[in-house]
Amino acid sequence: MTDAHPPDNTPQAHKLHLSRTHALHLLREMLRIRAFEERCAELYTAEKIRGFLHLYSGEEAIAVGIMQGLAPTDAVVATYREHGHALARGLPMDRLMAEMYGKETGVSRGRGGSMHLFDAERRFYGGSAIVGAGIPLAVGLALADRMQARTQVTACFFGEGAVAEGAFHESLNLAALWQLPVLFVCENNRYAMGTALERSESETDIARKAAGYQMPAVALDGMDVIAVEAAAREAIAEIRNGGGPRFLECRTYRFRAHSMFDPQLYRDKAEVAQWKQQGPIVRFRRWLEAAGMLDADTAGQLDAEIAQALAAAVDFAEGSDWEPVADLTRDVAG
Amino acid sequence: MSGETIQITYREAVRAAIREALDRDPRVFLMGEDVGRYGGCYAVSQGLYDDYGPARIRDTPLSECGFTGAGIGAALGGMWPIVEIMTVNFSLLALDQIVNNAATIRHMSGGQFHVPVVIRMATGAGKQLAAQHSHSLETWYAHVPGLKVAAPATLEDARGMLWTALTDPDPVILFEHVMLYNRAGTLAADASAVPITGAAVRRAGTDVSLITYGGCLFKTLEAAAQLAAADIAAEVIDLRSLRPLDDATLMASVAKTHRAVIIDEGWRSGSLAAEVSARIMEQAFWELDAPVGRVCSAEVPIPYPKHLEDAAVPQVPAIVAAAKATLGQ
Amino acid sequence: MTERFHMPSLGADMEAGTLIEWTRQPGERLAKGDTIAVIETQKGAIEVEVFHDAIMGRPLIAIGDRVPVGAPMAELEPLEGAASPSPSAPPAATGAQSAGGRAAPRGSAHRPEPAAAAPPRSATPAAASAAARPRHRASPAARRLAQRRGLDLAALTGSGPEGAITLADLEAAEARAGQPQPAPARRPSGGKADLAAMRQAIAAAMSRSKREIPHYYLAHDIDFTAAAAWLERRNGERSPGQRLLSGVLFIKAVALTLQAFPELNGFHRAGRFEPADAIHVGCAIAIRGGGLVAPAIHDADRQDLDALMARLRDLVARVRSGGLKASELSDPTVTVSSLGERGVDRLYGIIYPPQVAIVGFGTPRTRPWVVGDAVRPRTLVTATLAADHRHSDGHRGALFLAGLAAHLQAPEAL
Repeated sequence: MTDAHPPDNTPQAHKLHLSRTHALHLLREMLRIRAFEERCAELYTAEKIRGFLHLYSGEEAIAVGIMQGLAPTDAVVATYREHGHALARGLPMDRLMAEMYGKETGVSRGRGGSMHLFDAERRFYGGSAIVGAGIPLAVGLALADRMQARTQVTACFFGEGAVAEGAFHESLNLAALWQLPVLFVCENNRYAMGTALERSESETDIARKAAGYQMPAVALDGMDVIAVEAAAREAIAEIRNGGGPRFLECRTYRFRAHSMFDPQLYRDKAEVAQWKQQGPIVRFRRWLEAAGMLDADTAGQLDAEIAQALAAAVDFAEGSDWEPVADLTRDVAG
Repeated sequence: MSGETIQITYREAVRAAIREALDRDPRVFLMGEDVGRYGGCYAVSQGLYDDYGPARIRDTPLSECGFTGAGIGAALGGMWPIVEIMTVNFSLLALDQIVNNAATIRHMSGGQFHVPVVIRMATGAGKQLAAQHSHSLETWYAHVPGLKVAAPATLEDARGMLWTALTDPDPVILFEHVMLYNRAGTLAADASAVPITGAAVRRAGTDVSLITYGGCLFKTLEAAAQLAAADIAAEVIDLRSLRPLDDATLMASVAKTHRAVIIDEGWRSGSLAAEVSARIMEQAFWELDAPVGRVCSAEVPIPYPKHLEDAAVPQVPAIVAAAKATLGQ
Repeated sequence: MTERFHMPSLGADMEAGTLIEWTRQPGERLAKGDTIAVIETQKGAIEVEVFHDAIMGRPLIAIGDRVPVGAPMAELEPLEGAASPSPSAPPAATGAQSAGGRAAPRGSAHRPEPAAAAPPRSATPAAASAAARPRHRASPAARRLAQRRGLDLAALTGSGPEGAITLADLEAAEARAGQPQPAPARRPSGGKADLAAMRQAIAAAMSRSKREIPHYYLAHDIDFTAAAAWLERRNGERSPGQRLLSGVLFIKAVALTLQAFPELNGFHRAGRFEPADAIHVGCAIAIRGGGLVAPAIHDADRQDLDALMARLRDLVARVRSGGLKASELSDPTVTVSSLGERGVDRLYGIIYPPQVAIVGFGTPRTRPWVVGDAVRPRTLVTATLAADHRHSDGHRGALFLAGLAAHLQAPEAL
């Protein structure tokens, strides 16, 4: 099925014992991402951040939900819209902001920028700017784990646009054929840049495509952080127990343009507004308030903490040094 | 050195190198299309599947992008994969993974990650395999910073480059010319690892430097022998490493002979020969006593009929003629 | 405090935007994230947002205006009791430099451009009649050896590829001639050390000139006694700020003389001479700390000396303060270089391409001079002409210098 409208069900707390502490943690993580992205947009217009900038606003529930199920020793392969994955994986906000600026203190020494965030310590294998090109890497990382008899899982994020790439199909086939420990997470935000799913795919049910590779696959509400976390925990447990790869199609919506330079000719403002009403943060907030887990003081405190951390991150980036040009050709072989 | 030698073919030398690597380190494995049960398209891996099993001699689907990318990912994950791609023409299906991932990740990650993958592929014409199995695209890879590219031509290099490439922390591409697999010769019984960088002087001479690599090496040595009969002492240099190029060895030779001809099975336009020639102009111009010559493949997709295939790629008479031309003969 | 909303950067390839709509009117309240305007870019119309709550203030540009990224578009008034703005306010309106460093400067001007006139030369000028020598085909190695040994390639016959002279030919020649000469001093190494950008620009222009333009050089000693006396009288009546320098006499005299020598006033372009339709004299002016520029005094033949002097003072001031316009540097049709008080007798200029002539003046000084039958002390100045032999020859050049001398004998007519 393809939803023409955003789902309006309330978050699904089933299968998870949701403590207030954990619930507030999820909210904080999503708020951190949203605030980071909005500040990035502003810094981009002020020419502090250059290049291409792809923002995750609206899709926060997926990165936050999936990361809850991963252990520190697991691996993450992300896309070029990966600020949210990096933050949710625990990469420090100040060094992420420095990377946005291209400063030497950035997570990739400034060499990557927005689309290429890396962190060896947290097994974060990047931001890749070639759609679908990270998927074979995830298969290889899982193959290495399998061959070295480790019980690690590799989580591989990609958008629904990547489903049209050969790399997607080759990789799903390999992962299923060799029963590799990969969690494939498709972030279906309905538009590959400006091309709607139904305009690019003969079969728009992506989970069904994955199932065609003999891989358990489910589609779920990617705007519901609890649903994502529950699905991720279940899938990751199966994978870790040797159950082979799993596939989650998380249906979501991107609130902002594809990149900053995008007049959004391909979708209606009404459609965007409608989805925003059902955004992962507003919905979760509403639900928390109704459940008595969030009051105005706590909310204000959360916002203040995040604003402070963000201001510190911007200060850190501003105050950091540019890498000397003399180092231009470091970190390259051949 | 024991001094003891064995008779061996190039194919067997490569196979021995793979065996040695598999024996030396549990991180090493071989993957590719039909490397296992079939024994390898060019029979390089024959017998290895039985000895090492399907996990380490891993047959893949016909998914060059997928399995090459998986090899790169496995290298990121701590393995030392040997990825075999049947021919350089097929490697174009994996070009994205090689150029956009293998070559860039160390740099894009600010030096946090290395990709110790080795990608072997067959290259070159001579077996009447026509225009989708016979090309020499080494220079495309040699163009890319972040890759090391080597072309073992001799038995010693076929036997010795693989281990060195595996122990290198960065991606290495090894090109094996299809016409070399059946070449037989003697090799030290205890032959082992050799460097993957640096050119080698295969024959010393004073009159003209003949610079080549891979499948053209033996044609060039034959040309040098014919030139010697005409009282011309040609020096033959085997590049061995196509990236990085060993400028020092090349320029030292040109400084001695004052003349150079480059023999390259790639097409002339934008060829490795063009790069070598440009470097000689940049670094040894004032040593030159004649224009630098090139013997390259004709600008045509490699044709199927034998006589046309032969005419398309560098041959001994053309090398001899180009060398003599630098002497005004 | 009133803030400004600036044309945002929406992409690395966006340089400017055109305002097509204000979506808010002055006085209306704007919430963070609200659209303030619609701008037209090369990718189409894009709504642009504000990042802070504010009140829409006075527009600073009008519908249809196209302004560069970073230019102020409207004022934003703070809300009552609003917090101070973000530390990362957009850059200032013009000449903004992002931390990332933009490739292209938004304004032009403000940069001294490559120098026009030549530095002084002490070497003997080449003969005006020097004809191009045929280039012998010789290998690079043979050329180097020939240079080191002082051998003349023209005397040899080549045996190499395409008849080129090779090392073997040189060795054979030396064997015929006996012992080789001792090697002369080696060529200076390097040459591309740490030259400043200006130095490099001068180097490029002058190298191109000497490589491409067949210069001929003429020099002429001119009796400057009358002019010097006239200048002294005239300046004696004036306040220091109104005084004339001898340099303006030179500029005016050159400009007037050029009226009769169009082949010296213009440009070499696309293999042909293009005469200029006006006489814009480039005046070589040294820059403090090194280098020089030669901005134009426009229509120098049609301005009086006071106007020329004012213009020259203005140029000198702006060279020092850095306020030249790019057009002032590209307009000259000829160059005048005068070493003024520096005390050298003559300077031989190098033509600034694509011009075809440069006139040099040494320092006027008292020297013995034959007047009638007697040797008298007179004030003399040596004028030189370096001109492009493709478009004029020594005969016309000599007439030009003679005409120049005549003009300088009648300073009151200048």
